[in-house]
Amino acid sequence: MRPPGAWRGLLRPGDYLVAAAGIALCVYAGFNLWRGGAADGVIVRAGGKIFAEAKLSQPRRIAVPGPLGATVIEIEPGRARVAADPGPRQYCVRQGWLSRAGAVAICAPNEVSLILTGRGGDFDSLSY
Amino acid sequence: MTRSVIELKSSAEDRRIARHAAAAIALTVAEAAIPLPLPGIKPGLANIVTLAVLARWGWREAAWVSLLRVFAASLLLGQFLAPGFFLSLGGALASLIALGGAIRLPRRWFGPVSHSILAAFAHIGAQLLIARLWLTPHDGVFYLAPLLGGAAVLFGLVNGFAAAALLRDSQKPDMARPKTDGSESRQDAPSQL
Repeated sequence: MRPPGAWRGLLRPGDYLVAAAGIALCVYAGFNLWRGGAADGVIVRAGGKIFAEAKLSQPRRIAVPGPLGATVIEIEPGRARVAADPGPRQYCVRQGWLSRAGAVAICAPNEVSLILTGRGGDFDSLSY
Repeated sequence: MTRSVIELKSSAEDRRIARHAAAAIALTVAEAAIPLPLPGIKPGLANIVTLAVLARWGWREAAWVSLLRVFAASLLLGQFLAPGFFLSLGGALASLIALGGAIRLPRRWFGPVSHSILAAFAHIGAQLLIARLWLTPHDGVFYLAPLLGGAAVLFGLVNGFAAAALLRDSQKPDMARPKTDGSESRQDAPSQL
């Protein structure tokens, strides 16, 4: 019967180093590859043209003029939403807070759109 | 009609390679029966044999054992020339290249555990590359990299420990044996390995 802890005799000093380097590599790869999907910015368009671009770091309200009136975009750290819209059906308002890269809210009657930008969106391109 | 007899002489080295390859093949076939949590992640127990052969008999024999194992096990499992076979072959070749480098590291500092982890990383690296270039031509396969890397560390450690323990235990009878028959019968003794 071997004493408990005899398994340490099977390891040489460099082995600890190699194992630690392997774990570090995995953690590093995990952080870099799996962080995608978080949004970091927002682009607001009115009538097809970019009206405003902002980072998702500071709380902010943007009023966007359109043919029916002003659409209000609300930005908070990490998320954004259409807070108010003069359109009849309110689809873009009812979408609520958007937080993933590539998420879109479109207020078609007022020709305003809100799109979140960031690495690793869910789709490659979108046309409408 | 004259009969010609072709006689193939097998050297002690040939028999040793065959014996080790047989052990590696048995481990691969046994491992195929283990249910896996994720496709592509498996322990690679046959590499215990490769590592032990590498440490004791050198890289050339380890390469023989490893490649014989890839071909024979794929035939046994019905995977020969299927995508899994090429992944397996690519992984084995990359591991052998990594082991060729790893064995040159100073022995005092780096043992079978280091060899095992380095080979495991080379293995998944090559497999990811083959998968990316051929099987799934999309960068999405790299999302698996951290998981596969974790498995490489875990199973690299486990296999390395197993190989180190095997080497330690198979060396003991050698040392314990009286000196009189030490040198001649050394060829036979490590056959347990």
